[in-house]
Amino acid sequence: MNFIDNSRKLRGFEKHVRVEKVSRRSILKGLGVTGGFVLAAPVMSRQAFAYETGAGKMPHGVVVDPRVFVSVAPDGIVTIVGHRAEMGTGVRTSLPLIVAEEMEADWTRVKVQQAHGDEVKYGNQDTDGSRSTRHYLVPMRQIGASARTMLEQAAAKRWGVPATEVKAVNHEIVHSASGRKLGFGELAADAAKESVPSIEGLKLKDPKDFRYLGKGQIGIVDLHDITTGKAVYGADVRLPGMKYAVIARPPVTGGKLVSFDPDAALKVPGVEKVMQVRGWPWPSKFQPLGGVAVIARNTGAAIKGRDALKLVWDDGPNGKYDSVAYRKELEEASRKPGLVLRKEGDADAALKSADKVIVGEYYIPHLAHVAMEPPVAVADVKGDKAEIWAPVQSPGGTREDVAKTLDIPEQNVTVNVTLLGGGFGRKSKCDFALEAALLSKELGAPVKVQWTREDDIHNGFLHTVSVERIEAGLDKSGKVIAWRHRSVAPSIASTFAAGTVHQAPFEIGMGLVDMPFEIANISCENPEAAAHTRIGWFRSVSNIPRAFAVQSMVGEIAQATGRDQKETLLALIGSPRIVKPEVKDLWNYGEPQDSYPIDTARLRKVVELVAEKGEWGRQVPKGHGLGIAAHRSFVSYIATIVEVAVDDKGKLTVPRVDTAIDCGTYVNPERIASQIEGAAIMGLSLAKYGEITFKDGKVQQKNFDDFQLVRIDEAPAVTNVHIVPPGPDTPPSGVGEPGVPPFAPALINAIFAATGKRIRSLPIGKQLEA
Amino acid sequence: MIKVKINGQEQSWDGDPDLPLLWFLRDEAGLTGTKYGCGQALCGACTVIVDKEAVRACITSVNDVAGREVTTIEGLHTNGDHPVQKAWRQLNVPQCGFCQAGQIMQAAALLMDNPKPSHDQIREAMSGNICRCGCYQRIENAVHLASTGV
Repeated sequence: MNFIDNSRKLRGFEKHVRVEKVSRRSILKGLGVTGGFVLAAPVMSRQAFAYETGAGKMPHGVVVDPRVFVSVAPDGIVTIVGHRAEMGTGVRTSLPLIVAEEMEADWTRVKVQQAHGDEVKYGNQDTDGSRSTRHYLVPMRQIGASARTMLEQAAAKRWGVPATEVKAVNHEIVHSASGRKLGFGELAADAAKESVPSIEGLKLKDPKDFRYLGKGQIGIVDLHDITTGKAVYGADVRLPGMKYAVIARPPVTGGKLVSFDPDAALKVPGVEKVMQVRGWPWPSKFQPLGGVAVIARNTGAAIKGRDALKLVWDDGPNGKYDSVAYRKELEEASRKPGLVLRKEGDADAALKSADKVIVGEYYIPHLAHVAMEPPVAVADVKGDKAEIWAPVQSPGGTREDVAKTLDIPEQNVTVNVTLLGGGFGRKSKCDFALEAALLSKELGAPVKVQWTREDDIHNGFLHTVSVERIEAGLDKSGKVIAWRHRSVAPSIASTFAAGTVHQAPFEIGMGLVDMPFEIANISCENPEAAAHTRIGWFRSVSNIPRAFAVQSMVGEIAQATGRDQKETLLALIGSPRIVKPEVKDLWNYGEPQDSYPIDTARLRKVVELVAEKGEWGRQVPKGHGLGIAAHRSFVSYIATIVEVAVDDKGKLTVPRVDTAIDCGTYVNPERIASQIEGAAIMGLSLAKYGEITFKDGKVQQKNFDDFQLVRIDEAPAVTNVHIVPPGPDTPPSGVGEPGVPPFAPALINAIFAATGKRIRSLPIGKQLEA
Repeated sequence: MIKVKINGQEQSWDGDPDLPLLWFLRDEAGLTGTKYGCGQALCGACTVIVDKEAVRACITSVNDVAGREVTTIEGLHTNGDHPVQKAWRQLNVPQCGFCQAGQIMQAAALLMDNPKPSHDQIREAMSGNICRCGCYQRIENAVHLASTGV
């Protein structure tokens, strides 16, 4: 498989992505604060910590430069740039908070400024892969420490004392020997004249002096605006003279417009124009699918106009895609040998000689992201310049793609990043911004392209569909001696390269080849699967089917041997050790294995912690059951216990959830809790209802009535989150995604405990009613 | 010409009387706090209060609210200090925040009707509002907090 041509598009395919050194323009502008803090020389990122991360290998790497991220105004207001996209994880608060901590800035006198898309200036901005804290904890500390040092040097010069005698304390520089103090604002102009200290010489704060980090007492910066309706999401951008557009897109991926009749649409009050939108051939990467746009004075009129369009489509090569037939194909493929990705011992022989073989064939369907804010973007293209306002997870990638799509220089494109009304991976693809850019160029006016919920569900980049087949061979004592896992699923790479039939390293690296169990004979295989729709990253990605299969199989082994689920799980994880799977190019979430090994001691620990705090083994009422699951993803370790209650009609409720997470050194435990609470809801949604199906190439669901999500009346009564305190210098790891994968298997194991029914196919739907 | 009072201000509309109130608010009146989530009254992101009742603005036409009083998130409280808004901030409810205006309006309408709802009543009243981030536990607790005094 060759990704070279697509390398810049495949964000997340680090292995194939151009590795760039930090390179910035020679002249970097400050933040435009008059009389403010404009620092002198650029600083290269270097690691001053005990561990390295994969941050430097991301496109455009890391920029550690206080001039780019920090400014101090004469009135003392410190402005810190948030360069990642805020979609609900709290990153727009957390990263600037790290800078403020190290700088000794008082958070009440800090303003956060959202960066536009400019990776040359800010470094990588792809807000995905649960990477922000893990890649930026150190750089943000270094940026804050640089700014603090410069303020200290300026004060020391003013007072004529050695810099070692002064210290930054809560927005002031203090000379304790003389009792003199100067505020940050009073020193801003002088500090700007100081040279930027070398990273090696920076003195970072002792964590015991942290005021903010690890405390969880700072609310998100947008909290007031969100609760008063003032927060600006992509959908909320309004420009003078702006037109409103909705687009009718091909109902089948790879389909094309044959003809259209705009007459009825043009008669709808408020509709101004109907026009064709350029589409790209399948596989179309992040480029628009094409179709017909209705332009109107408001969105309501545009939608009504679109309803009146007469459209004829050619469905193209995927017009027969049918989920029932495709599932059979996947199942059949899973029953035959596939490309062997990991081989340790001889699983075939061991399965033959095993006393007992347990086979589980697990099915996990396509899922749609359905962020509450459907895709939306505003574009204003004038001549060879384009300005975009959009809720994008990939501000830098969006800028590149807009430039390429309009064939204008990248520096002529400004991407303003609004708040995201949810992302979950959908907004890593900027097709909606490209549509707006194309329409604005043609109309010569600013345009907002609004996707309806139906558009979002019909024309998304879906989570893959997979069959995960696991065969576990047990010896007479019940010990697992053989493990064969075949994963069959269309790959995200198929959205970029025609003919893709195998999963990419970053997909097989999510719970297939990095499986941590201590088993003598292991075979991990990937039989072929071709895609018939656009596949994309969905929160937690391939970890969802993998954790579901592997942790369900743990439950099945416990069931077959009559042993406790948790003890079975711990026995499989085995001794505390560093697992080094025999795999070519272990992806490891793009992280070096030295800093981020597969550490079974940490996996055991979250199991034990959740068992203790979640009162594993407690007596539960009749009809209730407890289930457990653990999984390593995004280099974090997580374990979940679900208590389920199933009534005599098969209706399930979830009285209690406990999750333990070890995400290393962390910034804001309060936001970790919110992510894990939310992950339980997302996990419950996908387990109970989550399924996108195709017939005749078309998605059969359309809105929240037939693609249902869990509502508050079905939510777990309580979700408790237990965070493992980090050891010294434990590298930070992912939080946004790891919470989702263990939920469904813990629930399914709980359902077995409650009912004796083993569910191997998601969603649960009506399976408990039978 | 349709006249409607929005957040205490008289507004008029002489376009399509069937235009959903949602798009009138957002695109014509510039009140973007009310969100589009589904267009079919399935998610509650567009919840506003008409007179004293929570309604979904996406399936309510401008004509439907002629001569009536519409309150949006922008008009819920002058300083944003309605007990529900304060409770939301105290418990750090939002993640992405997109559905929260609808959630808050629904909760405010509930408390007008039932100042001391039980947890079951809160769950029932809020079940039309979807939060994809999954803030439900905090939403439930925040409505309860708002009802017991912030």
